[in-house]
Amino acid sequence: MGMRIVIAKPGLDGHDRGAKVIARALRDAGHEVIYTGLRRNPAEIVRTVLDEDATGLGLSTLSGAHDVLIPKICKLLRSEGMNDVIVFAGGIIPDYDRDELFSQGLRAIFGPGTQTKEIINFLQDVSSRKENGEPVGVGEELGWHWQ
Amino acid sequence: MGGIGSNVEEIISNAIGGNRRSLSKLLTIIESGKSIPTNNLGAWTLGVTGPPGVGKSTLIGKMIIEWISRGEKVAVLAVDPSSPKSGGALLGDRMRMAISDANDLVFVRSLATRNHPGGLTSFLAPMISLLSQCGWTRIIIETVGSGQSEIRIVAFADRVLLVEGPDRGDIIQAEKAGIIELADIIAINKSDLPSAQLAADSLQNSLSLSTETAIEVCLVSAHLGDGVTELVESIEQIETDSNRDTIRFRERLLSAWDSRLISHPQFNEVIRALSAGTITLDEALEQISQATN
Ligand code: B12
Ligand SMILES: Nc1nc2c(ncn2[C@@H]2O[C@H](COP(=O)(O)OP(=O)(O)OP(=O)(O)O)[C@@H](O)[C@H]2O)c(=O)[nH]1
Ligand SMILES: [Mg+2]
Repeated sequence: MGMRIVIAKPGLDGHDRGAKVIARALRDAGHEVIYTGLRRNPAEIVRTVLDEDATGLGLSTLSGAHDVLIPKICKLLRSEGMNDVIVFAGGIIPDYDRDELFSQGLRAIFGPGTQTKEIINFLQDVSSRKENGEPVGVGEELGWHWQ
Repeated sequence: MGGIGSNVEEIISNAIGGNRRSLSKLLTIIESGKSIPTNNLGAWTLGVTGPPGVGKSTLIGKMIIEWISRGEKVAVLAVDPSSPKSGGALLGDRMRMAISDANDLVFVRSLATRNHPGGLTSFLAPMISLLSQCGWTRIIIETVGSGQSEIRIVAFADRVLLVEGPDRGDIIQAEKAGIIELADIIAINKSDLPSAQLAADSLQNSLSLSTETAIEVCLVSAHLGDGVTELVESIEQIETDSNRDTIRFRERLLSAWDSRLISHPQFNEVIRALSAGTITLDEALEQISQATN
């Protein structure tokens, strides 16, 4: 069985091609994908994850606001008690910002040119880790992230 | 933030107490096939059906706003198809109901058909009961809007809204049996487009020829919000039709039967044998019904 995954576009970023490509690829890999559409704020994204009881949240940002929006979303998830949600992201996220995002509980970041196969491999890996009881959620012990 | 609860009884009582996470978890539990104790205390239900892309989700998004302003709490179960090949699904209804993400008086859950025959899973019934028990006063079910699911919706919803679009004027044949006989009200959406009025007129005309009881046809624009207040008002006036009970229970029975069939332990095995040509269809049916008894 696949996972239930919310794919979200936080902030004012209007680039939706990547998010749509990912949403389709995950569906074709057997996951149930809820796509939020453009321009959702952190509270709306967290509400979607909550009502949909999603196991994963994939954030797509290309506008440069990832350094503010992603930590906000991670904090909100934790404060709502959703520590076990697996959060990952893609888009234009420079290397020098990545460690800070991993320290917020993000478990993977995928830049332009990523093959969708790699993202599917990540999901497979992360869900078997979760099954083994390893910490992979946004509010669980830090340490492991993809690559 | 309270916890969701540690056992099903506790999760249920937390959900009824208003905890959204508990409610959300319970819906997942129901969807996974486990039965939980719920009782249907007269839930208010509306099924929204109609062909793909006519604007069902967008219209529901607008109707939600109207209901909230009338003091209702609105829950939506939005069904989209699973891919028969991968088993995955792209659940896109919620995206059209932006209000759902930001208001405590709205709860939207996207559901995949998971290849359930008829396009609607029999788990809808306990989900509806649960939502009603948790204080949701208007429960809306959006179907995938094609084929059998159009009729099967009567198994779960006491009222049915059929949404049509302007380009479908000559496709609609009111004489043709089907959902049009079961709809309580019809909305022609996209009235902002030129041909909508024409579609409404021609539909009204052909309906007046065939049915004993007049079905109301409303022109609406989910984009502009035109006609939505009137539509909601008309929906509120619908008297649920007890004459429909035979059809309702027929569809309920079929739905429950389908569920039992696809969750049968030998279901996949029998399919494999069928496609390998080692058994006939009759033998397959025999095998499954023997294992049931
Ligand atoms: C196409 C494009 C546009 C189109 C967007 C059309 C659309 N509907 O998507 C248009 C012309 C509208 C546009 C406008 C703008 N753009 Co533009 N655009 C691009 C461009 C050339 C390609 C983006 C794209 O679609 N790639 C194809 C998709 C498939 O790739 P992707 O999104 O990167 O996704 C892949 C991965 O990143 C990852 N991924 C992405 N999201 C997610 C999510 C998850 C969960 C996962 C797992 C993976 C994942 O997987 C995907 C597959 O490999 C990029 C440059 C570039 N090469 O990236 C600039 C770029 C993103 N744009 C940029 C800018 C500045 C703009 C504008 C502000 C103005 C401008 N200068 O053009 C406007 C703003 C629009 C807005 N409202 O936000 C900048 C952003 C700079 C920055 N962040 O620092 C870029 C980087 C160009 C540049 N080098 O300056 N743009
Ligand atoms: N012009 C116009 N377009 C509309 C209106 N309502 C919806 N649409 C558009 O019609 C398209 C489909 O809308 P949805 O609400 O997703 O339709 P749907 O019936 O829920 O679609 P499915 O769930 O996929 O069957 C979108 O592009 C909407 O923006 C309307 O009142 N006028
Ligand atoms: Mg829809």
